[in-house]
Amino acid sequence: MFDWIAGLAAWELLALEPPGWGGVLLKGLAVSLQVAVGGYLLGFLIGVGGATGKLYGGPILRDILDVYTTLVRAVPELVLILLLYYAGTDALNQIMILFGAERVDISGLAAGIFVIGVVQGAYQTEVLRGAFKAVPHGETEAARAYGMSPLQVLRRITLPGMLPHAVPGLSNLWLIATKDTALLAVVGVAELTLVTRQAGGTTKSYFLFFCAAGLLYLMVTLLSNVVIRRIERYARRGMPTVR
Amino acid sequence: MSPDKRRWNEPHRLVLLAIAVGIVLFAAYNMRWDWLPRYSGRLVEGVGTTLWLLFLTSVLGFLLAVPLGLAQAAGPVWLSAPARAFCTVIRGTPLLLQLWLLYYGLGSLFAYWPEIRQSWAWPYLRSAWPYGVLALTISFAGYEGEVMRGAFAGVPKGELEAGRAYGMSPLTVFRRIWLPRAIHRALPTLAGETVLQLKATPLVATITVVDVYAIISRVRQDTYLTYEPLLLLALIYMMLTGVLVLAFRWLEARVPVKGG
Repeated sequence: MFDWIAGLAAWELLALEPPGWGGVLLKGLAVSLQVAVGGYLLGFLIGVGGATGKLYGGPILRDILDVYTTLVRAVPELVLILLLYYAGTDALNQIMILFGAERVDISGLAAGIFVIGVVQGAYQTEVLRGAFKAVPHGETEAARAYGMSPLQVLRRITLPGMLPHAVPGLSNLWLIATKDTALLAVVGVAELTLVTRQAGGTTKSYFLFFCAAGLLYLMVTLLSNVVIRRIERYARRGMPTVR
Repeated sequence: MSPDKRRWNEPHRLVLLAIAVGIVLFAAYNMRWDWLPRYSGRLVEGVGTTLWLLFLTSVLGFLLAVPLGLAQAAGPVWLSAPARAFCTVIRGTPLLLQLWLLYYGLGSLFAYWPEIRQSWAWPYLRSAWPYGVLALTISFAGYEGEVMRGAFAGVPKGELEAGRAYGMSPLTVFRRIWLPRAIHRALPTLAGETVLQLKATPLVATITVVDVYAIISRVRQDTYLTYEPLLLLALIYMMLTGVLVLAFRWLEARVPVKGG
């Protein structure tokens, strides 16, 4: 009991220098953020492609994209991460062997970004598809009638028009991405949650370390919220305020 | 989702269907499934554990979400501030971290307490099940509490005033009008939240609760197979999600949408 309370207040364990674990935690946070940013951007690329395909693609492409988004959204992230982690590294090695190259050890970081990206891609496809569809047809037609090229229509009408509809969903997905990185602990990527458990296991001060890591995650979320509110205000400029 | 007017038996869909069947047959013949009969009993038990966990934590979480939402929507500051803080913390940190905080952190506290070690509760506190239920419950309550806040705040004032004008006491207004209307408004999000909750349940396997995910992990350790058990697991979760979605659609169809 007293040991436990002493462990809770053992602040020196959080010191940045090696006897303390603070530096290790911050390094884990850096890995988590890298995976989250990388996975989110990859997901955004997939999402843009997927939304375009769903809206303008042929029937076959649309059906395949439907299967992709439905499957990914119906299976737990944890299971997907395991499947994609093994399948992804396996497939890459098969390809390397096919080209006569050596087997490579894929870093947990790269695999994590790939996995989070594929999961995020499915959700972002749906968000972006909805946002694309929210832009009134008449506006794009008017732009075309004024002689704008398709690229100009995209830049001047479609993108600014869809932004206010896309921002809430996309920002929600960013918050989910930062929290989903914790699942990579299960496949042994040294991100914040896993290094926290290692720190707790070594020092037996589980409570202290998990609270510290929770605060770090919370700070990421709260800071993100501040930025998101700014972006939202920018995207909704000139529109009547709801809420 | 846009209403899909295309039919399933269009030519390209038949081709895609044939390819899908081909992939399934290929997997059935070329992959190893001989472990399946040995584990089938345990798998069914695991699915049962997962569903029981889902049901229990969703119901408990929802019961917790109602006061959380009410406190935020109409409570005094000393109630609404902690409720909002609770929801923010739960929604701002990963569930896996919360789970491990409770299991390893709280679990190690109890171990230091001699009175608890000798009490009747110790066998329960030493097992992983209560921590899994607790973590999933507060997670569901955190997310759904936010939904309920909006639902309570969104009930038209006129309906509550009408209730009071009929001489109902505040408690009766709450019981007869405010709560049912708020639940009614929150119902569409409930389906999505419950599917998310189902997808969160396998996390408890990391603290040794034996759900269907844990059984599959056991299979993988025993047989050294990577893909077959995981593919089966994905299939099981897909079916569970499908059943949940259909069940909620049936439930929503039974609830009148426009005021009855």
